[in-house]
Amino acid sequence: MNNSTNKENDQFLSTIKSTIGKDIIETNVFFNDFQIIVPSKKIFDVLTKLHINSYFAFDQLIDITAIDYPEKPKRFEVVYLLLSTITNQRLTVKIYVSEGELVQSCVSIFKSANWSEREIWDMFGIFFSGHPDLRRLLTDYGFEGHPLRKDFPLTGRVQVKYDTDQNKVIYEPVNLVQEYRDFDFLSPWERPNNKEMNDTGDKN
Amino acid sequence: MSETEIKPITMNFGPQHPAAHGVLRLVFEMDGEIIKRADPHIGLLHRGTEKLIENKTYLQALPYFDRLDYVSPMNQEHAWSLAVEKVLGIKVPERGQYIRVLFCEIGRILNHILNLTAFAIDVGAMTPLLWGFEEREIMLGFYERASGARFHAAYFRPGGVHQDIPEDLLDDIHKWLKNFPNFINDLETLLTENRIFKQRTVDIGVVSKEDALNLGFSGPPLRASGHAWDLRKDQPYDVYSKMDFDIPIGNSGDCYARYLVRVEEMRQSCKIIEQCINNMPNGIVLANDAKMAPPSRKEMKGSMEALIHHFKLYTEGVHLPEAETYTAVEAPKGEFGVFLVSDGTNKPYRAKLRAPGFQYLAATEHMCKGHMLADSVAVIGSMDLVFGEIDR
Repeated sequence: MNNSTNKENDQFLSTIKSTIGKDIIETNVFFNDFQIIVPSKKIFDVLTKLHINSYFAFDQLIDITAIDYPEKPKRFEVVYLLLSTITNQRLTVKIYVSEGELVQSCVSIFKSANWSEREIWDMFGIFFSGHPDLRRLLTDYGFEGHPLRKDFPLTGRVQVKYDTDQNKVIYEPVNLVQEYRDFDFLSPWERPNNKEMNDTGDKN
Repeated sequence: MSETEIKPITMNFGPQHPAAHGVLRLVFEMDGEIIKRADPHIGLLHRGTEKLIENKTYLQALPYFDRLDYVSPMNQEHAWSLAVEKVLGIKVPERGQYIRVLFCEIGRILNHILNLTAFAIDVGAMTPLLWGFEEREIMLGFYERASGARFHAAYFRPGGVHQDIPEDLLDDIHKWLKNFPNFINDLETLLTENRIFKQRTVDIGVVSKEDALNLGFSGPPLRASGHAWDLRKDQPYDVYSKMDFDIPIGNSGDCYARYLVRVEEMRQSCKIIEQCINNMPNGIVLANDAKMAPPSRKEMKGSMEALIHHFKLYTEGVHLPEAETYTAVEAPKGEFGVFLVSDGTNKPYRAKLRAPGFQYLAATEHMCKGHMLADSVAVIGSMDLVFGEIDR
């Protein structure tokens, strides 16, 4: 994490803090990318404020995406990428969501959220309340499961083929001729959750 | 005569239809010839690129980007390379930056030629496509001479480009560049004042500036709606800040404006290519950092260290420190971005690819509503859709 000491950046962050105030749980800066974390219940209010406030004027919602951390109590992080074409500033807004929790849809603020939220529902199974038409988007008709969850296998669960006996396309469990080969190159000293070992070991 | 209510007809369009630009399935609700509702069904080309990238090292993930928007492959690679460079903090040598900008602009022309001519064939003009493909072949030849592949180049790498360009390539590009504006002029004589073309595109699929921003538009469609926004100017990367070029703006936001903006963008790209050729510095093209970028062949023959570095880079790959960043480039179609979550290992924890076409297609209903069925073809043509990037 590179904490920037740029004056303008500090001013930007402090203005965000004064506008959204107590709703901010945490602020991060990654290489001049600003990130704020807010409670999941407040996301609609925060996005509305950032959209209509003339100082920020975030007029575009570039994308919404999610990250899955199965080991955490609040499993998902939903990430909103905002852009202001007026002030030429980007901002990432993040919320923590547990499985089965409803997130308020922001389609009424940004129309571009429509398909992004459908994609997240499809890929992660996060439900958006108040979305006009929350159907699956990218996966097959009648698909089961949410592919971008970490516990979904890379190869998927079913494969399709044309069955000549039944004269139709059928689904059957995945059958791999060769098992998927996952090469683990990480030496035990370099694993990310083993920071103490890293610090004591010699760095070469 | 008494009035009778006509029930709307549901009509299916695609997924195998020449005007669907790939595998788009559209379900229309029609009132006679008027579109009431348009519902695109996508995902027929979904390959799970984001999931695959999570299981690959940072270098192995790069070729997937060629396969997103396969019409302008190097522009996508650029976004991934910039994202990885940002997290690692690598500085790209100047020659590498110039080569990347040069090929990005060739990619932009490649993309616009295909889009404009395919758009023209959608609304009834056949000749532009035949002429355009001649030029595309020449440019793909340049791609091939630099990278060895016409489409799936895998040429841009984190830290620069894979290898230096052949000596005479710049001269040949320069020769081609002298004649290329004639092709643009020829294309314009066929289309710009063509009565049929104008009747099919003017005032069709109008998007206002406010709507364009709200719908998440970027690139040529946003500029055609009258908003001067181009990441090459506003958030410059590589050597774009040193380039002198203009951003064409439309003001009507219809299909015709999107066409005009793209034509002018090709001329501006020529300008950038010319500057790249004239100012191309000498030197290395890939960062000289053994931990991040592979050593040269020559070094490997004599140095044990270099051999070890090479082996480690191509098996284990680089480790990226923990970070969450969003990096965007101005791809020919609009803002192409990578949201990269790295966790300190040699594989990304999550990579979200932001495809510009995704948001354009989401706005199909907004643009088609109230138009005739045949106009939907013009709208789809003007949006510049490539399903490789929309379905990912």
